[in-house]
Amino acid sequence: MTVALSTSEPRRLLGRDQLTLVVIWMALITVPLWLPLLGGYTALAGRVLVFGLAAMALNLLLGFTGVLSFGHAAYFGLGAYGAGLTLRYLVHSTPLAMLAGTLLGGIAGTLFGLLIVRRRGVYFAMCTIAFGQLWYYLAYSWNSFTGGFDGLRDFQRAPIALGPFTLDLTGGGATFYFFLLAIFAVAVALMGLILRSPFGRTLIAIRENERRARFLGIPVERHIWLSFSISCFFTALAGTLYALLNNFADPLTLHYTLSGYFVVMTVIGGMRTFWGPLVGAAVFVMLQDYISSMTVNWMSFIGLIFMLVVLFFPRGLLGTKGLLAKG
Amino acid sequence: MAQVILFNVTNGLIIGAFYVLMALGLSLILNLSNVINFAHGNFLALGGYLAFTLSPTLGYWGALLVSPLLTALIGVAIERTMIRRIYSRDPVYSLLFTFGLAFVMQDAARYIWGPNGLPMGLPDALAQPITASLFFITWYRVFMVAVVIITVVGLFTFLRRSRIGLRIRAGTLDLETVSVLGVNVRNLRTFNFGLGCLLAGLSGVLAAGQIGLNPNMGDDLLLPSFIAIIVGGVGSLIGTLVGGLVIGLAAALTTVFYPSASEAVIYAIMMAVLLIRPRGLMGEEGMMS
Repeated sequence: MTVALSTSEPRRLLGRDQLTLVVIWMALITVPLWLPLLGGYTALAGRVLVFGLAAMALNLLLGFTGVLSFGHAAYFGLGAYGAGLTLRYLVHSTPLAMLAGTLLGGIAGTLFGLLIVRRRGVYFAMCTIAFGQLWYYLAYSWNSFTGGFDGLRDFQRAPIALGPFTLDLTGGGATFYFFLLAIFAVAVALMGLILRSPFGRTLIAIRENERRARFLGIPVERHIWLSFSISCFFTALAGTLYALLNNFADPLTLHYTLSGYFVVMTVIGGMRTFWGPLVGAAVFVMLQDYISSMTVNWMSFIGLIFMLVVLFFPRGLLGTKGLLAKG
Repeated sequence: MAQVILFNVTNGLIIGAFYVLMALGLSLILNLSNVINFAHGNFLALGGYLAFTLSPTLGYWGALLVSPLLTALIGVAIERTMIRRIYSRDPVYSLLFTFGLAFVMQDAARYIWGPNGLPMGLPDALAQPITASLFFITWYRVFMVAVVIITVVGLFTFLRRSRIGLRIRAGTLDLETVSVLGVNVRNLRTFNFGLGCLLAGLSGVLAAGQIGLNPNMGDDLLLPSFIAIIVGGVGSLIGTLVGGLVIGLAAALTTVFYPSASEAVIYAIMMAVLLIRPRGLMGEEGMMS
């Protein structure tokens, strides 16, 4: 599902794209089998999926529309708090919590997108950072409702009743991982469809040459706004999954530091590739887990990773040479 | 009540003065190099810590002069060796770079000077209140505001009168033409980055005397400085000045009536500006797009 990059290649039965697809899904489906052998744990794989989904959603905007948001943690965090608050105060239902969180984050993004859609480049990024931080302060200072700095606790993901069966998500094991994987698959398929549609192609046209797209009569602002909104909805969905994964929503999920993590995951994996952000998320989450267990100076190491990636590795793991050229 | 309001207005002026110094430095770098310096708050902390380390030997006044210059030198070294290599790339890279740099600098400060807060000693003359009835206004507060005013006036005079200053302002508008006219843009950007770091270092020394030192002392100033730039209008240094003062005063006055909303009011102002006057209070049309 490498979108829109391989239109002119002759179709083979199992081309490079299909092979990537098979490898990625096989690896994801068999995680509970092989991860413990490597010393990992299933919650770690869940975190990779959740951050991978968020980074892929960000990449819809960053890699495929060419617009830089450095505030996507806001929508991720709003998703997490939306789900957590729903479970805690309203109903004990996992699907409704996910719906509420996704809507909360997505709608906030959609409305804010209206304000900044005419900004470009670093100025767009600066507005997204500043706006994102608003939610951090809100969650931080509204102690009685959100739990303040300690985060929102006292909620549990609920089992889902499917007719005669019940999907018991409450445990920490493989069942919940496969639930995450199913949601991830649906979301990723939707994003792939969006990018393959004429709308998605138009986004790439805007990325490649905004002025030309404008001359062709494409309503550029409306497309960027839609792309921003869609990206926020998927990011918020990832946020709801994060709250379910941890049974906890933390003000740091709203902080711009996490936005930076999403961007670096995307760049590590390859900004203009469909699967790059997932690979980047896997690398980053594993590294972070390892480094923070090894040293108290983990901040230096994470910071060095950022700087080294920028200086020596800007294309990312899946990126190819021609794609770095500026539009 | 009058005293409470006066207290908060002076607080607002001082906080606004810090926002102004931070935001002017950020704004200089942003305008000429198109880089958002996430590490700006860490240059502030660096300036403060250097003053802490130097003041036993140089005295307070010596440290006040030397540590901003040292901060600027360190900034210049980082720009020369690393940041200038990514100017030509997509802005995402410079953002990620300074973001990582902020982490490294914060951790380095924690490693060198320790994780706990340190007090910054002040000369006795500055630590006194100005009168008994205005006990909450120390001479240090007056001094800080005076230093900031002198610095800002000096900066604007420099940018308007000196050759380098004119080049910086011209480069903000059209870097390509400036380059074609024979100006060494690489050196100009390096100088400009150093100038931004100098302002951060100076705010660091001043802030250290007010709130003491800790490794993330600049973090709380970073986001309001972004907002000051957005509110004032990107591309306009006067706008940044106005933006910093407006949000500093607004936050302080909100503290009088409803303390927990003092952060929120900054964001509300930003939203209102983006909604009603997207280019910012003093921004020029087209600068932000």
